[in-house]
Amino acid sequence: MSAVVSEHDDHHADDHHDHGPAKGLLRWIITTNHKDIGTLYLLFALAMFFVGGAMAMVIRAELFEPGLQFVDPAFFNSMTTMHALVMVFGAVMPAFVGLANWQIPLMIGAADMALPRMNNMSFWMLVAGVLLLASTLFMEGGAPNGGWTLYPPLVLQPITVGKAMPFAVFSVHLLGISSIMGAINIIATIFNMRAKSMKMMDMPLFVWTWLITAFLLIAVMPVFAGAVTMLLTDKFFHTSFFNAAGGGDPVLYQHIFWFFGHPEVYIMILPTFGVASTIIPVFARKPLFGYASMVWATGSIAFLSFIVWAHHMFTVGMPIAGELYFMYATMIIAVPTGVKVFNWTATMWKGAMTFETPMLFSIAFVVLFTMGGFTGLMMSIAPTDFQYHDTYFIVAHFHYTLVPASVFILMAAGYFWLPKWTGHMYNEKIGQLHFWLSVISVNILFFPQHFLGLAGMPRRIPDYAVQFADWNMISSVGGFIFGISQLLFLYIVIDTIKGGTGEKVSDEVWEDAAQHSLEWTLPSPLPYHTWTTPPTSVPTEHVLDAH
Amino acid sequence: MSEDLGKKNVKLARKLVLVAAAMFGFGYALVPIYDVLCEWKWIERDRPDAIKQVPIAAYKVDLAREITIEFMTTLNESTAMEFHAEKKQLKVHPGEYHTVNFYAKNLTDKVMVARAIASFSPALTSRYFEKIECFCFSEQTFKAKEAKTMPMRFVINPELPKDYETITLSYTFFDNTEIQ
Amino acid sequence: MNKTKQLFASLILTALGLGTAHADYTLNLMKGVTKVSNDIYDLHMLILWICVAIGVGVFGTMFYSIYHHRKSKGHKAAQFHENTTVEIIWTIIPTLILVGMAIPATKTMLELNDIEKSDMTIQVTGKQWYWDYKYLSNDIHFESHLDEQSEKTHRTKGADPRTVPHYLLNVDKPLVIPVKKKIRFVLTSADVIHSWWVPDLGWKKDANPGFVNEAWTYVEKPGTYRGQCTELCGRDHGFMPIVVVAMEQADYDAWVKKTSEQQKQKPDLSDQTREQLLAHGESVYLKNCVGCHQIDGAGVPGLIPALTGSAKVTGKWENLDGFLRAGTSKMPKFDKLNGKEFAELMTYVRNNLGNKVGDELQPKQTALPDDDDE
Repeated sequence: MSAVVSEHDDHHADDHHDHGPAKGLLRWIITTNHKDIGTLYLLFALAMFFVGGAMAMVIRAELFEPGLQFVDPAFFNSMTTMHALVMVFGAVMPAFVGLANWQIPLMIGAADMALPRMNNMSFWMLVAGVLLLASTLFMEGGAPNGGWTLYPPLVLQPITVGKAMPFAVFSVHLLGISSIMGAINIIATIFNMRAKSMKMMDMPLFVWTWLITAFLLIAVMPVFAGAVTMLLTDKFFHTSFFNAAGGGDPVLYQHIFWFFGHPEVYIMILPTFGVASTIIPVFARKPLFGYASMVWATGSIAFLSFIVWAHHMFTVGMPIAGELYFMYATMIIAVPTGVKVFNWTATMWKGAMTFETPMLFSIAFVVLFTMGGFTGLMMSIAPTDFQYHDTYFIVAHFHYTLVPASVFILMAAGYFWLPKWTGHMYNEKIGQLHFWLSVISVNILFFPQHFLGLAGMPRRIPDYAVQFADWNMISSVGGFIFGISQLLFLYIVIDTIKGGTGEKVSDEVWEDAAQHSLEWTLPSPLPYHTWTTPPTSVPTEHVLDAH
Repeated sequence: MSEDLGKKNVKLARKLVLVAAAMFGFGYALVPIYDVLCEWKWIERDRPDAIKQVPIAAYKVDLAREITIEFMTTLNESTAMEFHAEKKQLKVHPGEYHTVNFYAKNLTDKVMVARAIASFSPALTSRYFEKIECFCFSEQTFKAKEAKTMPMRFVINPELPKDYETITLSYTFFDNTEIQ
Repeated sequence: MNKTKQLFASLILTALGLGTAHADYTLNLMKGVTKVSNDIYDLHMLILWICVAIGVGVFGTMFYSIYHHRKSKGHKAAQFHENTTVEIIWTIIPTLILVGMAIPATKTMLELNDIEKSDMTIQVTGKQWYWDYKYLSNDIHFESHLDEQSEKTHRTKGADPRTVPHYLLNVDKPLVIPVKKKIRFVLTSADVIHSWWVPDLGWKKDANPGFVNEAWTYVEKPGTYRGQCTELCGRDHGFMPIVVVAMEQADYDAWVKKTSEQQKQKPDLSDQTREQLLAHGESVYLKNCVGCHQIDGAGVPGLIPALTGSAKVTGKWENLDGFLRAGTSKMPKFDKLNGKEFAELMTYVRNNLGNKVGDELQPKQTALPDDDDE
């Protein structure tokens, strides 16, 4: 089906490209190579995953039993705030940027990203942003503790945020600029660097979803930067954007924040969809079902994400027209999301499936993400949201759409592509153990939180009424198992880089993978420079229905 | 990378930077957009007309209807004042002019500049609650320990939809001395 | 259904060795005690079952496929990759289901929004970290704080919450309402955003500073209904519960009479023993000061000054008195306390929390002439 003609090693003929990486530590600081930068992003994200995870462990330890045992309520609030900021901006988003750096040029037959130096800068700016944010932990008065949404007037109160607030704002600026630069780079790469033989509707779904995500980033990160800048001027320069005393309105901040915040949710989930759509066909040994409808569904979800923001604010006191509009608009999202789930199921249907670790994580993603989708649908109903809002029900909901969805898929991507990148096979036994521990513990961790929320436990509280004790304890136990299990992943990553099972992987790694996407036609491990001569033809199997 | 391609990339990147910059501006544009949306009839949020001064109009008094006006007073955070309405509530006919006095006292030994923010429940009624005179139109300056009796003169526009029988008018005083 | 679920849950709990006896935990949304809360419960169940049905269908198909269409069983992969008819069907059917959900949802939403023709209005003001209630029709006005026992327990390391009745869900003065009356709530805040939620009433609503929000309830049966603040409002967000007591009209009228009389009573300014002053002072401290200055008076380093060893606290009591009444930009004024409470509080903070001034202040000393106005 595919007839890829390319000469992988022809860069030796080209003196201009005939240099490997710089030596030593400097290589990693000055590198402009998409693979190096991808590695930096991924390792940084993994480190932040453990930092954010450690914060989650503090939260679950405090909630293990009613009563205050370990931390002060203000520090607890710092932990919930920082856990969210670190996981969103430090772990999940950078991890997907890392994947994009590695995979997009490989998948579209480009030699590198379009703007390699900017690529380097956006990574180091991310590091600076996260370090700045982390530095607030050591400040007098502690890290920001008004929630990751930074709602005024709380976030402007001296007794709440101490001295951390301007640092958090500048950190958001740095993270925002870094994301925007990353997004610009991805768009330019996809538009300009794609092999001539690859049309838009030939692109793998991972590339499509990232293209759409990149546009979302450019559209909403500046809005968030604007919102936090307004917070900053309200605090230090006596503007009154959100201060009722000066004719402003604190609710306005929530509108601006969620205009960013809702697309932000999809920034974290669309590339997830892309990876799942890449992995499932390989292990089902079947083309992806409904490629074109997948692209359209991704586009519609992205579009809808701009017009549904106030469903995060049903209880804020909106006019009835607003409540109804945002309810209807939100419900519609279920349609394209449903299409995706149906397509993945149909891809598996009548396949010849095998269940290596990446496939296991992908199947768990489809099932558990769908469960998160169901609770999302329940919460789109404004009147019922009056009961669910700001309880553990929503905590369960968004963790289902982020942990066993985005995080699981990131793990799946690791297992799927690490052998290609390193040329070493990971230890399948430990991989499977990691999967089963993760999938069981993640449900012990988050499923009881549905019960807690419905029974009336608000979110963001350090201590709770005694009737919530049992489920909290179970949830915490699940949390600890989940946390410890992730060390297995760390072990596997290090082990695989160092040589893994010692088994030499083929260029395809996975059976017939080369029929699905270009990177599998390259040698394993990948040479430092790839596609210096673009491929002359591309696999078309997965896109048959688009032609 | 060929030179042409490099130029093409930079050109596209520049355009995208402009889009990002425009979106930053859009974030700020949401502020006035929000005010405009709030004035739309179908959106019942009560700003910014809640503080608007309205000229006297000759309405026909609708004696058949009686509206209960409730007054609600709040002091924000550490606003060291005493503040209450002279009456808890008032029954009025639409089209009839009334004056209600509010009493406020600065409890500190310093000059205080405070601003009263009005808000209505149900929010939609704000556009039928027309104020001729109100202490909420501007910031109020209180000398040390000064007490003031401040009138608020208003009329209910007889066009107030029939369903509404009770209007709660809320004033919250904010101490703005420090941000002067 | 509920019984089965509870049984199932207790089985899990027992299996895990955690089966403590809590009769009152639930796995599902509570039906509540108003028509709206029941409507919301029905909507919740409707959508839950629709989701369960879809889930069974989708996951069933998927697991059938995972079981049968595996390579290890020798299944050969089909190569189909699209089917327009199927794709249209699974776009249209969900859309129809959504329309089916939207209709009852809209009805309930309109009902929630119908705040007109109410019998009475109650002002709810959120403050860090308690609720302030004011009955606009009869001038009853009081603060509702976390009860003393919960307050002490959650602030004391090693104290056992299980011994406290309604731990963290109890208040000193509950909001009292009559049954079978349409009650309108107007909600606002004096500082940051709070949110007022009693699950049995079926809704929560944010309290925003400077603005009012409205909501209503009509409770059918007398009882005590508990809830909490649900919008993160700072350090003690988890410690500002809500208790609503719904009473028959006659009981309610009696409560109004009693409460109005109490409110008009002048504070008792007669002398107290040192022990009484200290004990009462602790209560005043727990209600008004502990949220910031902490149970041991140590404050929060960098944010809240310590009272232990503070010159302001241990200096001349007249200065402390003036300071408390006026407040600063960082500390609210406490002129809402009466002369009796000032005497008790000051005696407490000057002779406890690690301070040993050794004096005692009597209500007559600290009362102002206009304390009677309260």
